[in-house]
Amino acid sequence: MRLIIKYFGMLVETTNNTEEYMQTEVCSVLELVEKITNLYPDLRDKNFKVAVNQQLVNDDYVISSEAEIALLPPFAGG
Amino acid sequence: MEKKKSKNVFVEGAISPDFISTSIAKHQIKTNIGAHNIFLGQVRADEINGKQVTAIDYSAYPEMANQKFYEIRERAFEKFDLTCMHIYHSMGKVHAGEICLFVFASSPRRKVVFEALEFIVEAIKADVPVFGKEMFEDETHQWKENT
Repeated sequence: MRLIIKYFGMLVETTNNTEEYMQTEVCSVLELVEKITNLYPDLRDKNFKVAVNQQLVNDDYVISSEAEIALLPPFAGG
Repeated sequence: MEKKKSKNVFVEGAISPDFISTSIAKHQIKTNIGAHNIFLGQVRADEINGKQVTAIDYSAYPEMANQKFYEIRERAFEKFDLTCMHIYHSMGKVHAGEICLFVFASSPRRKVVFEALEFIVEAIKADVPVFGKEMFEDETHQWKENT
């Protein structure tokens, strides 16, 4: 299945990317994050949350179909 | 959860005092209101490692952020007896001393708006995916984090 991965805030600088497509089998968020951090090792030092289709999810959430994945660094609104 | 239509809360650049006063004036026809409470977030010229913040450059995950603003709004109306409420947040660059967040809550009674405004502002800080790049005078930057 195809996922779109979006990067925000400081993570745009870490990955030098705002979004990209990624082909993957059904996987947990933890497995996906592992795959992404293999591409961008500097992400290991960063603190971020993951949203699937604009909802925050935990590491064990299973991504089973095409989805929009967002890596979100700490919020700074207001 | 089914997503409801959320309106755009973001405005480009700083929120002007004129915009705020016009917004207040628009409520004069709503005569069942007895109390307004307004929160204005202003960019602070923090000094970090000897360098002063001159501006914050805001970015967001806009679809999720507007959805979160919408959910905060729904929760606020469920929890408090509000007549109306409005939220505006800056996008892009806002200089130190300028306004970046404008929250406006109105109700027949004052106690309601004191509580409601705190609830709304704290929820915005915690739940909405907005990111802030603190710009220094020497063109370097660091990323802000809400505490």
